Amino acid sequence: MKTAAASLFVQITSNFTRSLGAAIGFILVSFWLLMAVIGPFISPYDANAFVSYDVFGPMSAEFPLGSDYLGRDILSRILHGTPYTIGVALIATVSACVAGVVSGLIAAANSGWVDATISRTQDALISIPSKMFALIMVASFGSSVPLLIATAAIAYMPGSFRIARSLAVNVMTLDFIQVARLRGESTPYIIFREVLPNMFRPVLTDFGLRFVFIVLLLSSMSFLGLGIQPPEADWGSLVRENILALGEGAPAVIAPAVAIATLTIGVNLLIDSLGVKPDQDKGH
Amino acid sequence: MNSTIARLIVNRLGIGVLTLFIVSIVVFTITSLLPGDAAQEMLGQSATPETLAALRAEFGLDQPVYIRYIDWLGGLLSGDPGTSLVNGMPIMELIGGRLPASLKLAAAATLVSVPVALFIGIFSAMYRGSAFDRYSNMFAVFSVSVPEFLIATIAVLIFAVNLGWLSALSHISEDASFSEMVRAYAMPVLTLCCVLVAQMARMTRAAVIDQLSSPYVEMAMLKGASSIRIVLLHALPNAIGPIANAVALSLSYLLGGVIIVESIFNYPGIATLMLNSVTTRDMPLVQACAMLFCFGYLILVLFADICEIVSNPRLRK
Repeated sequence: MKTAAASLFVQITSNFTRSLGAAIGFILVSFWLLMAVIGPFISPYDANAFVSYDVFGPMSAEFPLGSDYLGRDILSRILHGTPYTIGVALIATVSACVAGVVSGLIAAANSGWVDATISRTQDALISIPSKMFALIMVASFGSSVPLLIATAAIAYMPGSFRIARSLAVNVMTLDFIQVARLRGESTPYIIFREVLPNMFRPVLTDFGLRFVFIVLLLSSMSFLGLGIQPPEADWGSLVRENILALGEGAPAVIAPAVAIATLTIGVNLLIDSLGVKPDQDKGH
Repeated sequence: MNSTIARLIVNRLGIGVLTLFIVSIVVFTITSLLPGDAAQEMLGQSATPETLAALRAEFGLDQPVYIRYIDWLGGLLSGDPGTSLVNGMPIMELIGGRLPASLKLAAAATLVSVPVALFIGIFSAMYRGSAFDRYSNMFAVFSVSVPEFLIATIAVLIFAVNLGWLSALSHISEDASFSEMVRAYAMPVLTLCCVLVAQMARMTRAAVIDQLSSPYVEMAMLKGASSIRIVLLHALPNAIGPIANAVALSLSYLLGGVIIVESIFNYPGIATLMLNSVTTRDMPLVQACAMLFCFGYLILVLFADICEIVSNPRLRK
């Protein structure tokens, strides 16, 4: 795993010379990951402090991204929202991918009824559109951070499962797996030491894509008022509560929307530079 | 059509019905898992054990879960999904009043996006690596990675606020003229189309490129056929199956997209109905709307799969 990660890092950095997109993606993603950790500590004001008399104020030295509908500092609110947008989505993505990959590996290693049961369940889950699933969950249980994480994780697990299973089935047919079996290795050893490292890169690409989907799902839910609940706010909530600023074109509504866009586009650019070699074509 | 294809299609339809059944169980289980129910919600503070029990009996909430599930499923199948808990109206009537509006929106988005997407997809496959190809790819990455509400917000900012061409709300009266209708529909349709076109064009491009890399296209090239002739007469007919598959799969995005778009533009469709029912926790309505959306989604995925089966040349005799 270490060497795979190292070679991946070498590829990313060597891609910078070739591709501007990869560099931009890397910078955007690193920036936001850093902000997710230190954002709340470096924000100029408290997220819920009424600091400006001006509602939907313009950009100024005092309030770099203007003020919101109650006169709160938008920059501070975005920085305080970063852990919600990125942290919650990251936890949900990790849960979705771990659950998907583990069940995919189990299904691939056990052909027969285990595989059939897992596969049918995942097929049924994938045929509920993710937004619909999120709406049903929120209608039934009310919105909270743990529920949103669980919802996003369940909604995006089947996709991860499908990819992991088909990758694992392919790897399973290779010679070195047969050798490992003949050596008398246990199934868990084969799955985690032989198969998993060989799926590392496609699974990582899938992880990035799934992260983008989950960020979009969660911000859409917050935008609808069904995601992160006040007084806490993620970027989707910020767009929602300042939507009236749209008429004036104030930064209060544009800044959080741009924050979401830079994050998701950054991840996408980074994935493009990882998953696809320069001479290969996209879309396959 | 031969027996192999027919068998595969019937098989696929069977799986579709089975999946819908499992989906109905999932939807029902999630929505009836919590003990706090609609009766309690409606009575609120004034709930006494007696009135609560009476109201529960009226809604059939005192029955065990599996009986409620069978009743509910039977109701769905016979076209009577029950009544709304909030305003007591039959759900069939509520949905019937909203469904045409949503279908109109979806149809408009489809009519606009399919030709545009096919053009972009085929054209960028023909001239791979060209400026057009690169820019359309950039547009695609942008469209699929930003939330719909951002696209809608930008559209409102440009067309309603700055240019003043269109109204930000899409509520129109029955006797609206054609131009009024176009103006009202323009922005919701534009927003939906951005993502639709991006996905569809990408998949179409992949499907055409897949064909262009096959030996028979090389043969046609060696024969001296022009590149337009190769694409239109040789590659496209073989790519129709995958393209139809791509179109159907992309259209299934509509089912999620309309939720955001209808809510932003305050469009009186089925998605706003469902959102309201989620906010008021009107469970029978949530269940019915959810099943309707899942049904539509399954139909599109089913159609995509059938296109793939029918177009597979290995199955032809």
